[in-house]
Amino acid sequence: MNIVVCIKRVVDVSQVKVDERTKEPIIKGIAQKTSDFDKNAVEAAIKTKEKLGGTITAITVGEASSAENIKEALAMGADKGVILSDPSYVNLDSHNVSKVLAQGIKSLGQVDLVLLGEASIDSYSGQMVSRLAELLGFGQMTAVRAIKAEKDKMVCEKDMGATVRELEGAYPLVISVTKEVNEPRLPTLMQILGAGRKPLETKGAPAIGLDVSTISPGIEMKGLKAITMQRKKVLFEGDEAPGQLATEIKNFLGR
Amino acid sequence: MTILVLSDDKKARFELLGKARKMADAAGTKVASLTFKACDCTPKGQGSIKNGADIVLLASPPIENYDLEAYVAAAAKAVEMVSPDLILVASTMDGKEFGPRLAAKLDRPCAVDCSDVRMEGGQLLVDRIMYGGNGIATLAFKTKPAVVTVPPKAFDAPSPDEGRKGEVLDLAFDMPTPKVKITKTTPKQTESVDLESAAIIVSCGRGLKKKEDMALIEGLAKALKAEIGCSRPIASDLKWLSVDHWVGLSGKKVKPSLYIAIGISGQIQHLAGMRDSKMIIAINKDKDAPIFTAADYGIVGDLYAILNQLTEKLK
Repeated sequence: MNIVVCIKRVVDVSQVKVDERTKEPIIKGIAQKTSDFDKNAVEAAIKTKEKLGGTITAITVGEASSAENIKEALAMGADKGVILSDPSYVNLDSHNVSKVLAQGIKSLGQVDLVLLGEASIDSYSGQMVSRLAELLGFGQMTAVRAIKAEKDKMVCEKDMGATVRELEGAYPLVISVTKEVNEPRLPTLMQILGAGRKPLETKGAPAIGLDVSTISPGIEMKGLKAITMQRKKVLFEGDEAPGQLATEIKNFLGR
Repeated sequence: MTILVLSDDKKARFELLGKARKMADAAGTKVASLTFKACDCTPKGQGSIKNGADIVLLASPPIENYDLEAYVAAAAKAVEMVSPDLILVASTMDGKEFGPRLAAKLDRPCAVDCSDVRMEGGQLLVDRIMYGGNGIATLAFKTKPAVVTVPPKAFDAPSPDEGRKGEVLDLAFDMPTPKVKITKTTPKQTESVDLESAAIIVSCGRGLKKKEDMALIEGLAKALKAEIGCSRPIASDLKWLSVDHWVGLSGKKVKPSLYIAIGISGQIQHLAGMRDSKMIIAINKDKDAPIFTAADYGIVGDLYAILNQLTEKLK
């Protein structure tokens, strides 16, 4: 079983602050980390390998700093890492990233299973699973909360709100997982040290046979603003407060 | 600027048709809509026409149960037929899957979960939340067709125009053999909660000390005939409520007329899930809690003392 798990280095959104003067969120200089659900995907890959054998390749599209995030996956239990990096990869949107990633995955030879997180915490778009499935011609399961790997197929469960859906498909598959799917393991110190000895390769566009002229962002960010809220912000205090609040609620509801 | 609307959720489809109609009227162009399932209107397609479509395409054969690859095959055929500049997809659970998949097939970008779509200075612009609710980005499309998914309720449903006329066409497409099958759909065991369509939500967070105290929340919810929501820790860590009750960026995004946040500090991820509520009320012991910056009315104090009195007065 050749398993690929996709990793994204993102800004830690919990540390983003808003510039009070420009009312714009400050993204530059914010600490970066591995996107949360990617670790669930790594854990799912490891569990699948434990059951069916095989190798796990952790892959990312990013700069040299992404090595840190790939090493995290290697420490958890991935066998090798690949960073897809090229000077021409500038301001890529999901559409472009998916092309690089799909081409990178194809360059690995036979792949049976691609795992990724439901969405990245920075853009929360969740497009990659659909795009990779289309580009690779694999079956697709999106945002599943439980996976059962069998020799010739996967049986997964997807939370649809009011119902739970069971999905079944033969390999090769692209599957995105939610955080409910598992509890990602914390690597031991020995594993963290050992990750440095695992193979980690950086591949440019030519190495994966990618024609960079097909990579140009078709979508452009025009602006990024903090969300402002126009609220009354009336605070009640003291013994009368519950009564005052109840009156406002009744007035509002017309009761 | 021809617009193609795609959704199997009738309500969401009509909302998108209303928006598409306004955009098309401004540009002097047409709106097409694809019906995936067998159409239940007589004559067929009339529902979509009354709500703003000029052309209704009926998938032939109809796709009775959601099937990703069949949806994409039919949608791609519809794109071929009407050559849209803009494709609007409802961001339902399934729309979030087949919207980007269609975009991939068309080799085009896609913007997911957009709160607004508009033409400005000859450019198609969309707004969407980024960075965990910390910012709202405005994106411009440079290529056509633009694939844009929009969450249900982002736009108001139009009032149907009974006299509208339109064209109804069969859309023949080749049904692919699915690589992944839906083998079973099971209703959830937990008592069902539909936060997205609730008019009033009483929501609780870590300010509650123990599970038994949920009774206080239930009491207030009952007095107001409200549904119960919660912040992340209650559903995810403590599991006092099922995840269906979780309001936030990773939980449900709600838009009730009244939202009451009790013992919720108001992390940005929570605010992202409820900030579109018409009126927001907060009860919290910490006067510096961010929830108060997002609230119309608030009480700083002990929720245990406040709730009993408030519930009594609202009964």
